[in-house]
Amino acid sequence: MSGPFLSLVLRDLRLASRSGGSAALALAFFALVATLVPLGVGANLNLLARIAGGVLWVGAVLAALLSLDRLYQGDFDDGSLDLIALSPLSLEQVAVAKLLAHWFSTGLPLTLLSPLLALLFGLPGPGTWALFVSLLIGTPAVSAVGAIGASLTLSLKRGGLILPLIILPLLAPAVIFGAGAVTAAVDHLSNGALGLLAAFAAAAVLLSPFAAAACVRLNLAG
Amino acid sequence: MISSLVAEKLTCVRGERRIFADLDFQVAAGEALVVEGANGAGKTSLLRLIAGFLTPASGGIVLNTDKGAIADGEERGRHIGWLGHHDAVKPQMDVGEQLEFFARLYGAGGDVKPVLERVGIARQRELPCRYLSAGQKKRLGLARLLMSGRGLWLLDEPFAALDTAGRALAADLMRAHCATGGMVIAATHDPLGLEARSLRLEAA
Repeated sequence: MSGPFLSLVLRDLRLASRSGGSAALALAFFALVATLVPLGVGANLNLLARIAGGVLWVGAVLAALLSLDRLYQGDFDDGSLDLIALSPLSLEQVAVAKLLAHWFSTGLPLTLLSPLLALLFGLPGPGTWALFVSLLIGTPAVSAVGAIGASLTLSLKRGGLILPLIILPLLAPAVIFGAGAVTAAVDHLSNGALGLLAAFAAAAVLLSPFAAAACVRLNLAG
Repeated sequence: MISSLVAEKLTCVRGERRIFADLDFQVAAGEALVVEGANGAGKTSLLRLIAGFLTPASGGIVLNTDKGAIADGEERGRHIGWLGHHDAVKPQMDVGEQLEFFARLYGAGGDVKPVLERVGIARQRELPCRYLSAGQKKRLGLARLLMSGRGLWLLDEPFAALDTAGRALAADLMRAHCATGGMVIAATHDPLGLEARSLRLEAA
């Protein structure tokens, strides 16, 4: 089963990296948001370091959102999803493959870029480290929750507009724990935010493929 | 190997509307079945029922294979080669990539080159799919069918967008598939160009 699974992951990664793909778009969006906020707030480094966690986390979630609406919709619109559904993979395996591809093309690059953007906020070392780790743990949850929304709205023509309304409330815990971890690190406090974030991410990643597969089944029958 | 497909008392309901009711038909290995009917009579719905995307409101479909009878829709899907009316082609990928991906996805080994030659798009192998005409995309769809190694072909308007040579090619492929023990169910308004039984859908 690894051949078909891997081929689907690789194809989605390839599509994300090609023209019209979403990987570069998400990164550019993230970088622009992270650049505009310090320009708007002004050069108050204490203030910037304090809000860095929240702003960068919200920026990362919104950037990941940009590419989510095409996760299933592109394949649904051109009929590829029918062929994928008839492949030896179960729809649950398909959902895991798509989740992995989305994280590798969006969540991981955003995480890797975040230390650089943290410089713009004058975020001290421990804070930057906490930001990096929290994004590394938290972005899979963003992809996982997003995949549920994307599979739910895949047959809607303007599904991309409804998608944020469905998934942003569900992602509130990730933003709260992720930004909280950064703030706690800036204040040299130790708190359980990273642990809670990891628990949230684990639950989201475990449940998402089943929910997404059920939504895809529903939409294929629609 | 598949031996026969049996549908009994098949009723299809989409939304509140009954598309067709109490449909009985059988197809044996080596046979082709043409599904005919006016627009909206439920030809595509019938194909999607057989593929397992839709569940019948009543009745059932059983696919008999040498490993036993399969009544479950998703399990039946593992025996199905699908050519829908959407082209399922990504404009950013080139023709060869597209077919190689499909072969790996279906766990089918083998070189894509002879298959591309068979359907007449070998010269376009390196070409991004955005430059393909509708007919060439259809030929890529036929290449996927060949590559899939699946026994039951479900074809929705297989001749749409194809030129005269393309139609003859599609008919040839279907004939060869039936001759090797395969099964073809095609929804089309055009004559299939090979010996086939026909099933006429009347609006319920």
